[in-house]
Amino acid sequence: MRRLVTALTLLLFLALPSSALTASPGILAWGGDTEGGAPYMFQDPRDLERLIGYEVEIVEALAEKMGLKPRFVQNGWDNLIPGLERHLYDVSIDGLEITPEHQDVVDFSMPYYVTHLQIGVRRDNFDIGSLEDCRGRIVGTLKQSYSQYVLETVGDVDIRTYEDEVNAYSDLVNGRLEATLFDAPIALYYGGPMREIKFVGPEIGRIEYGIAVRKGEEELLRTVNRALTELRDSGELRSILERWNLWNSLTARALQDYGPARTEPVMYTRWVADLQPELTWQDRINRYLSFLPTLGRAALTTMKVSLASMTLAIALGLILALLRVFGPKPLSTLSMLYVEIIRGTPVLIQLFFIFYGLPNVGIRLDPFTAGALGLGLNYAAYEAEIYRAGLLSVPKGQMEAALGLGMTRNQALHHVVVPQAVRLVLPPVTNDFISLLKDSSLVSVITLVDLTKAYGQLATTYYDYFGTGLVVAAIYLLLGLPFVRLARWTEAKMALALGLPGKGKKRPSGLDLRLF
Amino acid sequence: MEERSRALITVRDLRKSFDDEEVLAGVSIEISEGDLVSVIGPSGCGKSTFLRCLNGLEILDSGTITIDGVTISRGSPEEKPSRAFMEATHELRKEVGIVFQGFNLFPHKTVLENVMLAPVVVQGARPERAEAEALHLLGKVGLEGYAHRYPVTLSGGQAQRAAIARALAMSPKVMLYDEPTSALDPELVGEVLQVMKDLDGEGMTQVIVTHEMRFAREASDYVVFMDRGEIVEVADGDEMFTAPRNERTRDFLRHLVGVLP
Ligand SMILES: Nc1ncnc2c1ncn2[C@@H]1O[C@H](COP(=O)(O)OP(=O)(O)OP(=O)(O)O)[C@@H](O)[C@H]1O
Ligand SMILES: [Mg+2]
Repeated sequence: MRRLVTALTLLLFLALPSSALTASPGILAWGGDTEGGAPYMFQDPRDLERLIGYEVEIVEALAEKMGLKPRFVQNGWDNLIPGLERHLYDVSIDGLEITPEHQDVVDFSMPYYVTHLQIGVRRDNFDIGSLEDCRGRIVGTLKQSYSQYVLETVGDVDIRTYEDEVNAYSDLVNGRLEATLFDAPIALYYGGPMREIKFVGPEIGRIEYGIAVRKGEEELLRTVNRALTELRDSGELRSILERWNLWNSLTARALQDYGPARTEPVMYTRWVADLQPELTWQDRINRYLSFLPTLGRAALTTMKVSLASMTLAIALGLILALLRVFGPKPLSTLSMLYVEIIRGTPVLIQLFFIFYGLPNVGIRLDPFTAGALGLGLNYAAYEAEIYRAGLLSVPKGQMEAALGLGMTRNQALHHVVVPQAVRLVLPPVTNDFISLLKDSSLVSVITLVDLTKAYGQLATTYYDYFGTGLVVAAIYLLLGLPFVRLARWTEAKMALALGLPGKGKKRPSGLDLRLF
Repeated sequence: MEERSRALITVRDLRKSFDDEEVLAGVSIEISEGDLVSVIGPSGCGKSTFLRCLNGLEILDSGTITIDGVTISRGSPEEKPSRAFMEATHELRKEVGIVFQGFNLFPHKTVLENVMLAPVVVQGARPERAEAEALHLLGKVGLEGYAHRYPVTLSGGQAQRAAIARALAMSPKVMLYDEPTSALDPELVGEVLQVMKDLDGEGMTQVIVTHEMRFAREASDYVVFMDRGEIVEVADGDEMFTAPRNERTRDFLRHLVGVLP
């Protein structure tokens, strides 16, 4: 929909040849991102277990025409195309724009919707009426989007980019922005309901949404196009778009359907109605309570991924550190290289590589394994450095005393040096786990729905980043709390056992500050 | 001096350098079973290095060390230590207990666990047996009630006696001590020296690098004076301190107030 596929994803994707996989018979697996929000696809505010949106309706109608059962596969919007290539699903539909860059890597069906960009300003603003008027103004838009590109070509616009539209529109209301530029559907759903905001100027640009299909799957593409044509001819497509109040002249022209409106915009009305009520505290609390199953599942994912990757990181980190400090030269160098390479590259790329890259050499990992492995391998490098410091801070005399007693080097490491090093590093390692808990939100790029992802989904659904944010932050805190306690406890225990200062004394550890 | 029995330790032309600085310049000595030998000499003359070579904590550049039939030998520093050499070094360490100035007790283990560890790990002793033996040894060094304490809670004298018990647990043929009392408060020195005297009474072979001249003179069978990486003089305690033959010995002793008459 809004964003251009990032250069990173495209690069990864282009570099890798595709591998074949047969789709499940009778099923149309389709990829989308529920965090995309209204009106594309989002959790029904009235029933969080249900996915709604005009794209959902289109894909369901489409599947029916194709005689298939639709099955939704969640993936981050930026990764919808790599996920398609990785055979996570057969088609992707989620406001994917038909652009030359996209067409280089996937094939598109005929456009099923055509839209444009829309300027929004405060109701009391009469200075801005067109794109040209934005020169010298503060204008908000979505990060890395087509509209950002358009604003850049205007020149001399003070562009502020946002991760999500809700914050941009509230900044427009509170005066931090003078105008916004968004895809018209987003403007309609997020700016439209705000009494303080009006839309001005002509339709800007032309955005065509198509259904993405892997290159070379001509048979599938043909069937999709045939089904789309049927939907158009029967008026079902138009009816869906009208239900969501999205029918416009651009689409009318593209679908060559110029008749008068036939369907009430019931879904739009419903969306606005759900936004309007001033919630009582009781309503609010009930709403947040209704989040708990979703957030609980997400928290479980966050916890499972974190625990699995930390276990790996702790074990592998120790091996790396031992090789580095005590291993023979070549292994020591290898260990150092591992640490430097891992620390020198973004963990995001590592996750991408493992999940989207490795299938090309025949290693196809499920999202959980890939996430745990990616984060674990990454954190192992950091744990290795902590262990190394721990190993080096065990006095040389300890090794000598052990050797002097007739132990072999390995026995001395096992019974004398490593246990002391581990005690020394327990507090920093536990602290790292708390960081990992938060970094685990990165796994949402490989289709896992963790706490942060669930936050995005719920917040867009209810238009409520503030309250949902507080609830999710509280859950992160609760998840981290046992480990904060554990870190304190190990610190005290270690001080006692190794005779270090700070016995029983409360020392500020900085943990609380790092939790957000 | 006790009756000279067979030589338990034989050192021939032991040499060791650190970065071109020759620290041991050809040391040769024979030490008999049951001897208590004190090694004295100015700071930096190579006493510690000598001791550490004796149990392989430093790898000699050249020379031969034989302890109770186990020999490590090297022709020159260029000669890469062979596998057999490293294995012999390991054997040597099992025969030779060493006690350091700084105790080097394992801080994460109790006194009892410190003493039990090597027998269990190295000799594969059953833990119950090792524990009984360890408690016996702790009794011997006067630490009956301290088995379950952690090292940090011990006084220096107690810690050093625990370290001696730990070394004894491997039933070594030889005990080496590198300035065992230098880190101790003066009033604690006696209790540690007493343990060594007791061991001497039981026939243990002991080599002690020390600055305790009174102990060296009174308790040792003989005293070795080292200077600049060489053994300069070997003599009976009384003889060494009253009538040293070598000029360098006299020089050294003259600087120690109250030792020479
Ligand atoms: N690991 C080492 N690396 C480099 N030089 C060393 C090393 N160990 C000892 N030396 C040097 O070797 C020389 C002899 O050291 P050694 O510790 O054997 O002396 P010492 O007779 O025990 O002295 P002290 O009475 O002060 O303990 C000193 O000059 C010392 O600096
Ligand atoms: Mg010394």
